[in-house]
Amino acid sequence: MKPPPFHYAAPSSVAEAVELLVAHAAAEPRVLAGGQSLIPLMNFRLAQPGHLIDLRNVAELDGIRVDGGVLVIGAMTRQSVVERSPEVALTAPLLAEAVGLVAHAPIRNSGTIGGSIAHADPAAELPAVALALDAELVATGPEGTRTIPAAEFLLGPFSTALRPDEILTEIRIPRRGGGHAFVEFARTHGNFALVGVAAQVEIEAGRVARAAIALTGVAPTAIRATAAENALLGAAPGAETIAAAADAAVTGLTPAADLHASAATRVALARSYVHRALERAISRAQDRR
Amino acid sequence: MTGQKRHITLTVNGRPVSADVEPRRLLVDLLREDLGLHGTHIGCEHGVCGTCTVLRDGASIRSCITFAVQADGAEISTVEGLAQGATLHPLQEEFWEKQGLQCGYCTPGMLMRACEIIERNPDPTPEQVREEIASNLCRCTGYQFITEAVVDAAKRMRADSDSTTGAQT
Repeated sequence: MKPPPFHYAAPSSVAEAVELLVAHAAAEPRVLAGGQSLIPLMNFRLAQPGHLIDLRNVAELDGIRVDGGVLVIGAMTRQSVVERSPEVALTAPLLAEAVGLVAHAPIRNSGTIGGSIAHADPAAELPAVALALDAELVATGPEGTRTIPAAEFLLGPFSTALRPDEILTEIRIPRRGGGHAFVEFARTHGNFALVGVAAQVEIEAGRVARAAIALTGVAPTAIRATAAENALLGAAPGAETIAAAADAAVTGLTPAADLHASAATRVALARSYVHRALERAISRAQDRR
Repeated sequence: MTGQKRHITLTVNGRPVSADVEPRRLLVDLLREDLGLHGTHIGCEHGVCGTCTVLRDGASIRSCITFAVQADGAEISTVEGLAQGATLHPLQEEFWEKQGLQCGYCTPGMLMRACEIIERNPDPTPEQVREEIASNLCRCTGYQFITEAVVDAAKRMRADSDSTTGAQT
């Protein structure tokens, strides 16, 4: 099918884009980033925004820099650029590993990091990475700019803390040491994964000093596996610790069953993929690649 | 309610193009309906199958989930731009020789995707081609001959570029 008609604007600044969102509030405006999720929804007429505010000309939203140990990525930076960025590989290798798993290369050539995080698909990789790395999401609206911790950003499936008149402008990711891993199970290469796991583990003097684990596909949003993180803290990173953490990660999970997998399958996948992610992250943290 | 038309200018296969398009006009429909370039096919219309693949500034994209207005100012390449007159592009030659197609519906997308694969990696292994071409669906060939065609086209293109630069191999 073809998308329904809509009004269109392509402003050249964030301020102008926010003004347009406010001015056309009654028309259910949507922000257009790369369009790789929104345009399919419009083709199917599952989304029918009255007004699209295209950010393609807002140059200030495009780019990657490292600022005092924090990786700062403009929301309109394309995923393929993030994938090939030396700054990302050095500062947030977990993001570099995860972004290559987002759909296929031609989608990543258009899709943006901000678009994916703001779309907040519960199966998507990038919101989970933001959560695992304690990213800060910078949003600009008519009242100015505010910073939202990733933990407070994801509210539900396709639902975020962004207000209707706010635009996600920047993703700020603090540098973490140790080892990382992003692993996922997808039935078909390039499709949304049934379950995904992001892990970042720091080891000091033979003990886990810091652990962050985020899961996709098992809850209405990406979630942190806090019980598993606590099970790791202070422990020697051996097979028993990893198994206990994998069990803790899925305790109390009640994923929704759908066409693709039962709840029990998703729980079993989550347990074994947390296991894999931790093995890889810990191995990297110990520099035994 | 109908979106007012927008004036866009872009380059398609090296030719400057300007058009007045509704904002909801998909890039693939601009190419096929407005410019008469029917080589780019429409398959799934939601970005999954890849037969609508074209190059935007050298990068492969899905033209069925791209609005024409998003291509304003861009350089678009389609399958029609590959051959030089009666001389086929090495990829087209190899797809022909290796039978890298049966029904041919996926072929324009496969060829344009392969352009970017070889541009980024002039000497791809079959495994790398299989990984990269997984973005595009073919329901006839089983991909074997497509993979062989891309690997051999890359070889031919390296030889061509060596001979034009006079490099010794």
